[in-house]
Amino acid sequence: MSVRSSIAVLAVLALVGLLVYGLVQKGSSRVAVGEQAPSASLPRLEGGGDGSLAQYKGRWVLVNFWASWCIPCKQEAPTLEEFQQQHGGTKFTVLGIDTRDLTDDGRSFTQQYGLSYPQLRDGDGSAAHSYGTTGVPENFLVDPNGIVRWETPGPVDEQYLREQVEPFLPQEKS
Amino acid sequence: MKAASRTVGLVIAMATLLLAFAPSASAAAPRASLIEIEKEVMCPVCGTLLQLAESPQAMREKAFVRQLIAEGKTGAQVKDALVAEYGDAVLALPKGSGFSLSAYVVPIVAFIVAAIALAFGVMRWRRAGSGGGRGGRGPAGPKGEDADRLDADLARYDL
Repeated sequence: MSVRSSIAVLAVLALVGLLVYGLVQKGSSRVAVGEQAPSASLPRLEGGGDGSLAQYKGRWVLVNFWASWCIPCKQEAPTLEEFQQQHGGTKFTVLGIDTRDLTDDGRSFTQQYGLSYPQLRDGDGSAAHSYGTTGVPENFLVDPNGIVRWETPGPVDEQYLREQVEPFLPQEKS
Repeated sequence: MKAASRTVGLVIAMATLLLAFAPSASAAAPRASLIEIEKEVMCPVCGTLLQLAESPQAMREKAFVRQLIAEGKTGAQVKDALVAEYGDAVLALPKGSGFSLSAYVVPIVAFIVAAIALAFGVMRWRRAGSGGGRGGRGPAGPKGEDADRLDADLARYDL
């Protein structure tokens, strides 16, 4: 192969590579049950510093993506807080991830609904993207080894949590 | 009395001069405008310009921009605050630094490379074209037997 042909082939490969990279960056596949849950480090919504799902290894975690501007999230928040009060402890926690939201709006939201479970901030939506969410709210139940055991797009209510999530959790609270 | 009125006149003249320069001083740091900023930033949830977005998230983003403008922030400061909240993707145009700079540089480099390649191509084509033919111009004609046959044919048809 001549030098000119090699350059042409390399140029075409580079172009194809760029197109593939663009497609991969744009598209995101939803994390499926049985897969490892992404656990990138994110800033805490309150109190400063960073946090991640990995910090809760050994516990069941209900990862809840939400935003203050999302109306179903407002309906869901008290239910999640109640679930946290009932089951939260050394074996389970709800972990809120405030996505594509203003920091102050997120903080006001947690205060308004008295949310006691930990909250992380995903301002640019990268964490939501890594889970392949298509909106808010969305919930993922992650086991103590970081594997997704259950997930649902859309809000959850008390009955849904009792029927779908509770069976996975250890019987005793702590 | 004359000295006093002269002093008053001087003070008035100085005050007039100060007032005349005041607008140019404030023009040095123009206040941001919502309409201008809306054209330059995105609604991260909708994936469109904020100007075109009507989603609940976009409404909150617009309110945030309005609040910063009311606080006297410049356009650049408002955009920095938006980047702090939503990340670089909130900017409609990539930043002119770091990896984002490639968005501006790559098309220019590609254009220059294409122009150089085209120029070389044209030069080669012209050189190849001028290689044969009479006086170095035009395409090479038939030679030998072909030329004789062509001459005979042309003579036969009286062309």
